[in-house]
Amino acid sequence: MENAVRKTLDLNRRPMPKQAVEVRIHNFDEVALGYTAEMAMEEANRCIQCKKPGCVEKCPVEIDIPGFIKAIAEGDFQRGVQILKSKNSLPSVCGRVCPQEEQCEGGCALLKKAGQIAIGRLERFLGDWEAAQSERMMPEIAPSTGKKVAIVGGGPAGLTVAGDLVKLGHEVVIFEALHKIGGVLVYGIPEFRLPKRIVEHEVEYLRSLGVKMVADYVVGKTRAVDSLLEEYDAVFVGTGAGLPWFSEMPGNNLNGVYSANEYLTRFNLMKGYRFPLVPTPVKEHIRVAVIGGGNVAMDCARTALRMGAETTVLYRRSREEMPARLEEIENAEEEGVHFRYLTLPTRCIGDEYGWVKALECIRMELGEPDASGRRSPIPIKGSEFILPFDAVIHAIGNSPNPLIPQTTSGLEIGKRGNIVADPATGKTSKPRVWAGGDVVTGAATVILAMGAGRKAARSIHEYLMNPSDW
Amino acid sequence: MFTILENRMLVPNLHMMRVMAPDVAQGVLPGQFAIFRPEEDGERIPLTVADWDMAEGSITVVYMNVGRSTAKLATLQKGDVVPTVVGPLGNPMEIGQFGTVMCVGGCYGIGSIYPIARALKEAGNTVITVIEGRSSFLLYWQEKLKTVSDRLLYMTRDGTQGKKGHIGSLPEIVRTLPMRVDRVILNGCNYMMMRGAQETLPLKIKTIVTLNTIMIDGTGMCGVCRVTVDSETRFACVHGPHFDGHKVNWAELTQRRKAYLPEEVIPLRSTRPL
Repeated sequence: MENAVRKTLDLNRRPMPKQAVEVRIHNFDEVALGYTAEMAMEEANRCIQCKKPGCVEKCPVEIDIPGFIKAIAEGDFQRGVQILKSKNSLPSVCGRVCPQEEQCEGGCALLKKAGQIAIGRLERFLGDWEAAQSERMMPEIAPSTGKKVAIVGGGPAGLTVAGDLVKLGHEVVIFEALHKIGGVLVYGIPEFRLPKRIVEHEVEYLRSLGVKMVADYVVGKTRAVDSLLEEYDAVFVGTGAGLPWFSEMPGNNLNGVYSANEYLTRFNLMKGYRFPLVPTPVKEHIRVAVIGGGNVAMDCARTALRMGAETTVLYRRSREEMPARLEEIENAEEEGVHFRYLTLPTRCIGDEYGWVKALECIRMELGEPDASGRRSPIPIKGSEFILPFDAVIHAIGNSPNPLIPQTTSGLEIGKRGNIVADPATGKTSKPRVWAGGDVVTGAATVILAMGAGRKAARSIHEYLMNPSDW
Repeated sequence: MFTILENRMLVPNLHMMRVMAPDVAQGVLPGQFAIFRPEEDGERIPLTVADWDMAEGSITVVYMNVGRSTAKLATLQKGDVVPTVVGPLGNPMEIGQFGTVMCVGGCYGIGSIYPIARALKEAGNTVITVIEGRSSFLLYWQEKLKTVSDRLLYMTRDGTQGKKGHIGSLPEIVRTLPMRVDRVILNGCNYMMMRGAQETLPLKIKTIVTLNTIMIDGTGMCGVCRVTVDSETRFACVHGPHFDGHKVNWAELTQRRKAYLPEEVIPLRSTRPL
């Protein structure tokens, strides 16, 4: 399925203008420039308006996709925005970072015929169009219910819950550990893929609806969930997957070895790419290795490249199995990121000052498919080799952050340290506590976190309206 | 927000700041830290909470003016706002009935050892506090520390106050005491804690150190604070910052702490005012 999508990508689709490669590798401005109104209408006109749309079926938040596309085709962008935002409060974000090829666009009837509709780009177009209007359409806010909800974590899940509940008349407060609201949208995804002004715009919108936001507040440390429950009628936990993994090998504590979280936070949230104009210290590296093959690995590699380093992605399987979005892989390739497939790092080698200077790797071959359905990589004995690098970034995943699980009584925790929650409602084992997003599923996507947030919001609302019914 | 109530130099290059942070003051325990972000788009740095006033809603930290971020912090004045003060983070210092505890502070550690000594004293321990510095004019908070210590001893490199010596002379102080020391707690720069722990190892005194590492979020998310303790990688922010000083890989810690040494001062080489 996924391969079928990849082979037909862009066929007959209206391409989206991008910054030229030779320009964009020297800046952090957004790579993809977005459709103009004409381009959007042209692309929207290709939609055949299926009676049983496969795109909607594959959308985690069930957006009426043919509906908003029709509105674009007719030039009624305002109506398009309305349709879109009735299901997705962050269209500018999702249009940019959703894996559409696996979701909506993967269900498009045109997939094998003329090239699937560029649903993501159209979604982004509407989101950006709305943001550019001088006045924003304000949704109806239900009269106050007098109920209070605390949301732990200001990422995609928490923002979705907040938006949904505030419209239903509940008082909503978001508590965020970092100094900016947005979670992975602000600390993780780089400026060149998701400009921070877009996230800020969406956050401002929620504020204007009445959502209260408290940054610099670590629930689990500053205050426990148990204590929040004394003041709030319900608590939603959306703290994400914030505990980085390092691949098991010696030398990981050498200087120059980073987790993707550290690397991206330093450059994004803390604006390190502007050092020394901003004081966040960052290193100038010459040869950077990124371990991993997901979107985060692509983000790290493309950041390192823009900082002037010769950058190589090391992935233990082949290009076919890389979990990153094809669009991101292609962008990285175009920009000159090197890829070494079937390569597993086995050791960081340091210099006499404690800095990494090389990686020892081993070549792999693909064996039988594993539990994930992908062919599992097997090391080839005696094929070790050494590559020189002065920085190594681990982008191989994260576990759920343990702060809340450790400090909350009566919360059932899964094997991987995740909070156990009902996938349909987000209810945890602890009364009046809901959870959703990466803290439940382990590292996944923005849209899945938003989908979980939507379900939890529905369940929280039901409970608040009828509290006897837990 | 995080409004500064007081910010002044205590002794050359060491500053104390009292800042409004009611949520931190409400829950902080001895040995915990807060992350400060002295300016927009700047670094986030961990500072141990050296005192707090729950009624006022303030916390006090002692910091050394050593790089761009602390230099910026030092320019702020009463009424100014610190963009981020978040905490309390990290585990509190283990407070128990140990018998006789020697609390050793140097540099900013003279400040951060204070609430630890106070808690140990309240828990019924005999507290011997030792503060050290290059010279007597670099010591501070003597009066405060006296009130929470059974004995307050001094060590200066030039002998201008107390014993002439440095952290390496710790065993001599231990030997002059009439009682056995059951536990040593070291707060100061990493070098001081390393040397102190080396000295207490042959004396077989359990020694707790409060590590200074680079941090970003302070909640376990970034992993930059990783240290090797007893051959295992630990995150100072969530597993520490207090560890058994005899089990820390000090060479690695020292290297990691120095990672951004040049970059921490590069932004100071500018004619722009801080």
